[in-house]
Amino acid sequence: MALIKFLKPKNQLEEGGRTAAPIQRDAGEPEERCPNCRKAIPLSRLWANDLVCPCGHHFRMKARQRIQMIADRGSFRELFAGIQAENPLNFPGYQEKAETVRVASGEREAVICGVAEIGHEKCCLFVMESYFMMGSMGSAVGERITRFFEYAAEHRLPVVGFTVSGGARMQEGLLSLMQMAKTSAAVKRHSDAGLFYLAILTDPTTGGVTASFAMEADIILAEPGATIGFAGARVIQQTTRKILPEGFQTAEFLLEHGFVDSIVPRAGQKKRIAELLKLHDGSVKQ
Amino acid sequence: MSEAYERVKLARDSRRPTGLDYIRQIFHDFLELHGDRRYGDDPAVVGGVAWLKDLPVTVIALEKGHTARERSHRNFGMPQPEGYRKALRLMKQAEKFGRPVVCFVDTSGAYCGIGAEERGQGQAIAENLLELSTLCVPVISILIGEGGSGGALALALADRVWMLQNAVYSVISPEGCASILWRDAEQAEAAAECLKLTAEDAKSLGVVERILSERDLGKKEFYDRLRGLLWEELRELSGDMDLVQHRYERFRRLGSSAVMGENV
Repeated sequence: MALIKFLKPKNQLEEGGRTAAPIQRDAGEPEERCPNCRKAIPLSRLWANDLVCPCGHHFRMKARQRIQMIADRGSFRELFAGIQAENPLNFPGYQEKAETVRVASGEREAVICGVAEIGHEKCCLFVMESYFMMGSMGSAVGERITRFFEYAAEHRLPVVGFTVSGGARMQEGLLSLMQMAKTSAAVKRHSDAGLFYLAILTDPTTGGVTASFAMEADIILAEPGATIGFAGARVIQQTTRKILPEGFQTAEFLLEHGFVDSIVPRAGQKKRIAELLKLHDGSVKQ
Repeated sequence: MSEAYERVKLARDSRRPTGLDYIRQIFHDFLELHGDRRYGDDPAVVGGVAWLKDLPVTVIALEKGHTARERSHRNFGMPQPEGYRKALRLMKQAEKFGRPVVCFVDTSGAYCGIGAEERGQGQAIAENLLELSTLCVPVISILIGEGGSGGALALALADRVWMLQNAVYSVISPEGCASILWRDAEQAEAAAECLKLTAEDAKSLGVVERILSERDLGKKEFYDRLRGLLWEELRELSGDMDLVQHRYERFRRLGSSAVMGENV
């Protein structure tokens, strides 16, 4: 959890969250312990390596930082940034929670959408934000994603999307559930127009987002070690009372079972995405 | 007990008519079709072809069973991925032959299991949503008991969604919601209120068009009335030249007024 603390910006974000202030330990350079190799890694080294430990463990990354990593410098132009959740069911504590998260994360909602260039290839790029209520999908996320695919279809652009989500946002009840239908319908229209959609699943991608637009892409990539699934592992364990297999619901598990196309470490993502965009450039049906 | 939780208990009552009861009473000459042609046949999902009066239709129902033995055989109405894939196969078949589709939804949710994850539960639901959104024949879904989250929605991306008076429709079970939000499953009653999962709530949110009275539930009059309503509605939908566009708009609206911000 320490990482979450240092990733949470003290001030408004600039240029993808690199202003986040680390927690100083003792007098030496601040470090972060890797949950995989258990070694303490100097933060400066982690930052320089896009938050990947030398052992290969991929730490979670803020959405703005990811955009900075993936999009060509200065090319990202955000869309629908003003759309944010209300409290349609008057769910107790929801408004307060959302406000707190807004201040802490510097974001208004759990997904950021915009147009960008990746390796000089123009595309529509969305990145979900784990630091906003664990990327949960309520009406605002559903509305942004839907408008985004409609925008991409209208402008005949491919979509590149990084997913991270705990699933539907239960504080919006049925309306959250309906976003699965709404976003899927928009993805289908974009797809039927002959346009390319590339999803990159990051840790964690679960629940209603897995069961909708995350799994509906033409090509699905995943980050190493990412948890990807429909039901939560704890729920499955409680329901079945069975011991879960080693590596259950990891990106590697999904690759083995045929549900993702390829696992791509962070360092190679931009190049791979640009190549795929270039390859699909002429795919638009005339 | 809170009113909403009262409904949850009614919706879960094993004495309620299940999907197969509706199929047997409303349609005639039902022929069950098995299997997803990929992996297996899921007993929690029953599907096939039948007649609704003079109209050939494809019928798909989530089946919980009544007796302990039936319920165990049907996995308590919790489908595996192959169940959703069977449903999709039958829907695409209906589309090919221009048959309308009628779905009866009654599940606490898609099954949470190791095999279900290995075979892509999330992907199976996602594909149903994707394909249903542009299916070129009329689809009516009726929530007859529990409408448990994505596992129910996978059969309810429809032109008309109806709900029985005491059915519930929710993004998460009240128990699940209470245990995640308040770390206390005992608060399920309070959660049920907050989640707005009753038929009246669903109608006021625009998620369902019609609430079906449970007067005479399970009796001949009940099924006769429902048969009449289905027949009329399917006839009307069959005349809609912009069916897919209207279905798109139906779901496009949901939640759009629950957000604030610019109108880009």
